[in-house]
Amino acid sequence: MIKVEHLSKHFGKVKAVDDIDFEVDEHETLVLLGTSGCGKTTTLKMINRLIEPTSGNILISNKNILEQNPEILRRGIGYVLQNNGLFPHYTVGENIAIVPQLLNWDKKKTQHRVSELLEKLHLSKDYLNVYPNELSGGQQQRVGLARALVANLPVLLMDEPFGALDNVTKAKIHAEFKALDELKKKTIIMVTHDVQEAFELGDRICLMDKGKIVQNGTPAELLFKPKNQFVSGFLKEQRLQLEFRAVKPPPPPEGGAFELRGVILPADASLWWILEQLEFTKGESVTVLDAQHKKVGSLGFEELMSAFYQYKQQQAHE
Amino acid sequence: MNNQQQTLWDFMRQQSDKLATQTLEHIGLTFISLFLAVLVGLPLGILIARKRKLSGTVLGIAGVLQTIPSIALLGFMIPLLGIGPKPAIVALLLYALLPIIRNTYTGITGVDAAVKEAAMAMGMSRWQILTKVELPLAMPVILAGIRTATVITVGVATLASYIAAGGLGEFIFGGISLNNTNMILAGAIPAALLAIIFDFLLSRVQHLNLKKIKTAAKVLPVLIILLASVYFIPSAYGSKLTAGFTPEFMGRQDGNLGLQSKYGLKIHTIVISDAVMYKAAYEKQLDVISGYSTDGRLKAYNLVVLNDDKHIFPPYYAAPIVRDASLKQFPDLEKTLNLLSGKINDTIMTELNYRTDYLHQSPEQVAKDFLVSVNLWKPERGGNAGTVRIGSKIFGEQYILANMYSMLIKGYTDYDVSTKTGLGGTKICFDALTNNQIDFYPEYTGTGLLVILQPSQKEIILAEVSKEKTYDYVKQEFERLYNIKWLQPIGFNNAYALMMRQKQANDLNVKSITDLKEYLDKK
Repeated sequence: MIKVEHLSKHFGKVKAVDDIDFEVDEHETLVLLGTSGCGKTTTLKMINRLIEPTSGNILISNKNILEQNPEILRRGIGYVLQNNGLFPHYTVGENIAIVPQLLNWDKKKTQHRVSELLEKLHLSKDYLNVYPNELSGGQQQRVGLARALVANLPVLLMDEPFGALDNVTKAKIHAEFKALDELKKKTIIMVTHDVQEAFELGDRICLMDKGKIVQNGTPAELLFKPKNQFVSGFLKEQRLQLEFRAVKPPPPPEGGAFELRGVILPADASLWWILEQLEFTKGESVTVLDAQHKKVGSLGFEELMSAFYQYKQQQAHE
Repeated sequence: MNNQQQTLWDFMRQQSDKLATQTLEHIGLTFISLFLAVLVGLPLGILIARKRKLSGTVLGIAGVLQTIPSIALLGFMIPLLGIGPKPAIVALLLYALLPIIRNTYTGITGVDAAVKEAAMAMGMSRWQILTKVELPLAMPVILAGIRTATVITVGVATLASYIAAGGLGEFIFGGISLNNTNMILAGAIPAALLAIIFDFLLSRVQHLNLKKIKTAAKVLPVLIILLASVYFIPSAYGSKLTAGFTPEFMGRQDGNLGLQSKYGLKIHTIVISDAVMYKAAYEKQLDVISGYSTDGRLKAYNLVVLNDDKHIFPPYYAAPIVRDASLKQFPDLEKTLNLLSGKINDTIMTELNYRTDYLHQSPEQVAKDFLVSVNLWKPERGGNAGTVRIGSKIFGEQYILANMYSMLIKGYTDYDVSTKTGLGGTKICFDALTNNQIDFYPEYTGTGLLVILQPSQKEIILAEVSKEKTYDYVKQEFERLYNIKWLQPIGFNNAYALMMRQKQANDLNVKSITDLKEYLDKK
């Protein structure tokens, strides 16, 4: 879906991004992870040409974006900023409707879509005519997300989207983010410096340093098959938690899911997530369902822990 | 106090027509200039917000323009644009420019970078970003700039009357020249009120919320244009010749009023400052002006004085006036000052003024050269038998005379001299004399009569019949009222005079004011 080839950006003598390559598959979430100044934001901004590359190519759906009109290109890519970038002189409704307006949608269609999104993002309709400065940080960020989603664009770029939020709000929005069906059909590139967030939201992670990609892989690959000292060092502090996030329980049968007190958890839920849910609901075990939603077994704390150690041992022997 | 207010009210009622015209002219001038300033300043501000490298230069130039004294700026405009509304509008525009450019620049560069990035990332074009994001968000700051510019323009627009562009300055400067407080207030109070009202209204607009400001930004230009259209450019130059008179001359019996009543002179007249009047005549912007007969610019610009054949201009013979007490204290003073008596006629005085005003020689040099040429100059004695204090008013001729007297006293007596030159006007000079802060200064008979004594109309007619009568009258009255003595006249008569360009006067065969009237009356 998105293909980056030999991409470089030099600011004077500084090589902010230095000859990197990566690919993002359709409906995949790729996280660009790294410390400040590693080149992750520069890389992201080259994809909607807020920054023009020094050299290299970027292809979206096999079309070279450097040959397209940048304004038209940007209207086809959703963008979420750290400080939300909402227009302070526009109401929430007007803010969300900016791109539809640029695309000349008719009024009814726009209105309908805006209210639909407000509902999905758990924002009250009363906020339509309110100015952004009257909202809380979390609400503002949701409006920012709605603005990026409104035009049903296939690609979404997110620059530290939750960076300005406190940890409690962040956890809440993470959960909503993962549950949002709108996002499941999108190809997402997200920039963050937060390792937890990267492991929580990313299908794949590009760890960057000094303008280069150090390792590109799934969270588990980064944890258990680090390419070098830098990668293991970067993950060291939160290792245990990350491992729980990276490891998945034994999967249910094809098409099945997990169930906990009437709530369905997806088949690809991480160990961490399931343990968290158990803790929340004071439950003892989760039920394993097959494709017909028939109970085929259950997983208690012990089973989950032994799955974790099994997985780790397996990784160590490979 | 009550009485004073009553008369001010009366004055304003009497002159209500003029007051209304002047106020409308003032508003019109202000808003034409403001409109043009926004038209120029806003794009410039946007430009330098885009190309930051230019900002230093552009803001620097606008800043320098701001520091040029307004009257000097108006002076620069005359050779380029003549007199009247055009140069006034350009000058006002230049003054209003800085706050508008600066605030536009500050407003736009102050817009949150995240908001601009979001606008760009959503695919807005540069123009859309400017009109939908940057300008609306910068609008409160831009409005603050326009507000500042408005107040500045209302203030500076009073000076427009100096170059015949009308406005409330006509009353203000006329009143100052005529020492007429009511007239000053009749101009100053409305001008101040205009500034306060516009400032208040714009402050309300500025503090509207972001939503309403969108509407305000649309209504404001229309309003400005509407207010600007109040100003009719005075274009009906109906008569063959155009006269430019100072505000003072306009209001005086021995000025324009006398010209109308005694000569029946009907000429298209505009009000102008004497600082630019001579030059405007030279550059054919004006044909007839009201000057002073010994002004150096008469020679510099090749102008000729028209003969006052019906004697409406009272004589202004210059003579030193001295405190009686000082004459006693310095017994040699009177005889020394009289050395100059009868030595300088109109032509000589014009020549001397020409050398200081136009050739920019120092008054000291001019004074010494003259004394040497008439064999009056003597080296300083360096005496110390007391100090004589000389005063002078704040124009070239008085500086020259003060220097001459200083040299004479030092050369012929044992007294030392201290000078207090540049006293701001007749009233200040005369008060200094009566309060024993100076011993003497050169005064003019006409000024003594009309400004200081201010006799009734009947006495003026009696006194004005001849130069001797005026001199005798003021001498007698000054002695009686103030114990001040008029010494012998120096010789020249620095009176009001009508003047024209030499060539035009010859071409039209106009030698006197009566000739001028007859020429104008011919169809």
